[in-house]
Amino acid sequence: MNTRNEARRRPDANRVEDRVAKSVEQALGRWGGASRRDFLKASGLFVFGLTTVGAAAGRQGSEDASWPDPDFLQLDSWLVVHEDGRVTFYVGKTDGGQGVGTATQQMMCDELDVAFDQATVVMGRTDRTVDQGGSGGSDAIERDAMVGRRIAAEGRRVLLEMASERLDAPVEELAVRDGVVSLRRDPSRTVTYGELIGGRRFDVALTGANVNQTTGVASVKPVQDLKLVGQSIPRYDIPAKVDGSFEWAVDVRLPGMVHARNVRPPFAGATLTDVDESSVRDLPGFLRLVRKGNYLAVVCEREEQAIEAAERLVTTWDKPTAAPFPASDDLFDFMRSAEWAPPTDGRMAGETHGDPDGALANAATVVEAGYDVPFQGHTAIGPAHALADPSDGQLTIYTNDMKPYSHRTGIAEFLGMPPEKVRVIWMEGPQLYGRTAADDAGFEAAYLAREMGRPVRVQWMRHEETAWDTKGPAFAIDMRGGLDRDGNVVALDYRGRIANYAHVGYNQARTVLIAQLMGLRPERPSPGGARGPDDMYHVPNRREETSAVRLPLAFETPLRTGNLRDPNGPQTTFANESFVDELAVAAGADPVEFRLRLLRAATEDDEAFRRARSIAVVEAAAEAYGWDARPSPGPVGSGSVLTGRGIAYAYRQRTTVAVIADVEVNRDTGRVWVRRMVCAHDCGLVINPDGLENTVQGNLLHGISRTLYEEVRFDGEKVTSVDWRSHPTLTHRDSPEQIEVVVVNGDPNPDRPDLRPYGAGEPSHRPVPAAIANAIHDATGVRMRRLPLRPERVLEALAE
Amino acid sequence: MNEITLRVNGETHSLDVDPSTPLLYVLRNDLGLRGPRFGCGVAQCGTCTVLMDGRAVRSCILPVSRSTGEIRTLEGLPEDGELHPVQQAWIAEQAPQCGFCQNGQILTAAALLDSNPNPTDEEIRDGMDRVLCRCMTYYRIQAAVRRTANAMAGRETDERGAAAVSGREDDR
Repeated sequence: MNTRNEARRRPDANRVEDRVAKSVEQALGRWGGASRRDFLKASGLFVFGLTTVGAAAGRQGSEDASWPDPDFLQLDSWLVVHEDGRVTFYVGKTDGGQGVGTATQQMMCDELDVAFDQATVVMGRTDRTVDQGGSGGSDAIERDAMVGRRIAAEGRRVLLEMASERLDAPVEELAVRDGVVSLRRDPSRTVTYGELIGGRRFDVALTGANVNQTTGVASVKPVQDLKLVGQSIPRYDIPAKVDGSFEWAVDVRLPGMVHARNVRPPFAGATLTDVDESSVRDLPGFLRLVRKGNYLAVVCEREEQAIEAAERLVTTWDKPTAAPFPASDDLFDFMRSAEWAPPTDGRMAGETHGDPDGALANAATVVEAGYDVPFQGHTAIGPAHALADPSDGQLTIYTNDMKPYSHRTGIAEFLGMPPEKVRVIWMEGPQLYGRTAADDAGFEAAYLAREMGRPVRVQWMRHEETAWDTKGPAFAIDMRGGLDRDGNVVALDYRGRIANYAHVGYNQARTVLIAQLMGLRPERPSPGGARGPDDMYHVPNRREETSAVRLPLAFETPLRTGNLRDPNGPQTTFANESFVDELAVAAGADPVEFRLRLLRAATEDDEAFRRARSIAVVEAAAEAYGWDARPSPGPVGSGSVLTGRGIAYAYRQRTTVAVIADVEVNRDTGRVWVRRMVCAHDCGLVINPDGLENTVQGNLLHGISRTLYEEVRFDGEKVTSVDWRSHPTLTHRDSPEQIEVVVVNGDPNPDRPDLRPYGAGEPSHRPVPAAIANAIHDATGVRMRRLPLRPERVLEALAE
Repeated sequence: MNEITLRVNGETHSLDVDPSTPLLYVLRNDLGLRGPRFGCGVAQCGTCTVLMDGRAVRSCILPVSRSTGEIRTLEGLPEDGELHPVQQAWIAEQAPQCGFCQNGQILTAAALLDSNPNPTDEEIRDGMDRVLCRCMTYYRIQAAVRRTANAMAGRETDERGAAAVSGREDDR
């Protein structure tokens, strides 16, 4: 790989910078140019044996290394054209498996006019890619890849000016395809991008007040001129993930590396009073115990030795004097009895339109209902892990932290190091979905590596991850609604309580778990953010209010919260869209028609045409499903298995979604099976239809899992759901047999040349719980208002 | 000296490790293999799956002393330089998202199809059930298993045909 730095000097295997860069870049770039067909043809070549980052290393270097931030106002920071005409894009994002790397490559290749296979994307390395924040908020395509388009367009402009000089013709007379510039009037006269700039710097300055506004002077192409955008190009990362050659963050090995395991408090809020080192000192491979405050880790030569030592270590802990939290069965009573705390955070302030209390007082019909959603874990398929290398007075952290930039600054602050001495290399890992926005293991590896003076790999165990990962907050939501005599909604009142008062933020030096256990903490716990439901319904009198509930223990708690995919969306939409369904029942209306009436009750729209695009997805979902209008519930069957259908709709940011679920409810066993799902999805410009479909399918199934199975269980002193039996998840057996994703473009001007892409990583997740609960009601006439809808809860509700 | 002999992907390895060491750590840390990965350590998720004498087993709880069969990992699945039909189907269906669990999905599917080359949808669900995916790619995985069965039987699978479920028309 021919980057700016390496173009100036030869790689030196003794320098830590080169040692690491070379093999990791090989790993990251290996599949960048291989098409699926090429891969299949050549597949025999790609069966790898033992290769590690350290294998290329030689001895450790002695020269001090440091890594200043790449300058986002330089074209060279984003784009390198190599002598052979290949192109590398440097992107400050990460990919959680939704294919944003491939999609970004499509967009940038399109603007630069190079073939997809000519390019490689390097993502999420703080020393090589500009700080675009990593992942979060499903913004990679909506915001950051649009920056990429502008950068690539600028690269094309500069290259065409060079070609103009070389070919002695005005730019207007040039054509470019696959990185080859030719004269329109004489196509035999050509020059390639590689010939024009290969291996050299552009030295072109960009402008922009911040990284998101970065631009050159070139304009991006009209949507109609994009060729790669809109194609289902196979993801570049999949072949290596399928043949076993892919190098993950868990795979990095360094010479002299040792293994650590954490020893966690057995009770929330416990104080470590004694550690009996003699219980492990004589175990094979034992190196050291590392303890500070309530943080405790054991370090051994080999991984299995560290696991055994952590299990056998004898420790003594004092329980806290007060209960850290209520038991999970008492959580919602606790939340509802907590003092209503009007939030101070502007994001939580709530909104009121009209006079909801007056309208409810005068309504012909008033409906009230409460909805409960428990804490839910991320429970990634692979627990937290990281490797830190402290050689040469620097720190390099290999991690799947989705926000490598805040990981770097957080670790630098935590350890009191200058940020330029810390480098974070993001590599892929088990799904992120917010968990790795505060990657505890990276901080732990960094701390332990400094203590040990050698590379340390930290790997959490399953029970540790499921108990101590960050949690999606619990909600208790009370809804009231009023109908007039014609069944029109005249008032809607949403009061939400969110147990989010221990939010860890993004890689903050004082809120990651190791910091809390060491006694470092901010003055006050953070209430996080909270927002009400997102819909475009027109209701003349409406109130949305949220209160943050604080559990007794705010620090060192396994109920610390963090962003879990669409952080509040599934919870608030479960309440809102279940309740709209209840109002439709009260009005005797068909659920689809009832929603369309609410959407059409006003005519004004917003800048993203969300009203029109909401109507479009509800109509498209109903049409694709084959919805016949009738009120719910349908006629309840007499056999063991009852069937029903339910719809829910929401928007998230600028993406609109409607989901219809078909369910089977077995009234003998309580099993709910979502047999079929239809999702109509409008995220504007679609970059990669198959990638979008895969992402939406995952959102829907993850939504089913959270609806039917997932709940963090705890007694009054600890989390008791600690593995896949006690914290169950959707499995193969219960996944739907049919999923239809309908891509909608509901823009009033669907062919606009500046049609923008909007996020797709989370929106289709949020309507799922309500769609399923509404379908269960349609099947059984029973309304389920408390997640998850496990069989015992369904049986109990059916018996009532 | 604890001499342990392992047969992995057609090669014989002699190792000096504690015989109680789970196979997973030896495959990853001594042999440098990347296919099997740690997911739970208690045989609940399948991320660490390897084939032993053609059967899908969980290497996170299998001591090396009992790993006496012919072991194949994801890296060893291709034959004669050709990806296994399951691997080809996985690419054709673009099944993975993050991909972390796919080692277990692919190897479990290979073992399933080896013993039952033409499984029904129900048999696919049952046969794959204990292999977890938290990106929830089950739908595409099941499609990829059907695609593989078709390919092994010489049947065509159209572009998205593998995702369609047979017999679905009868109930609506």
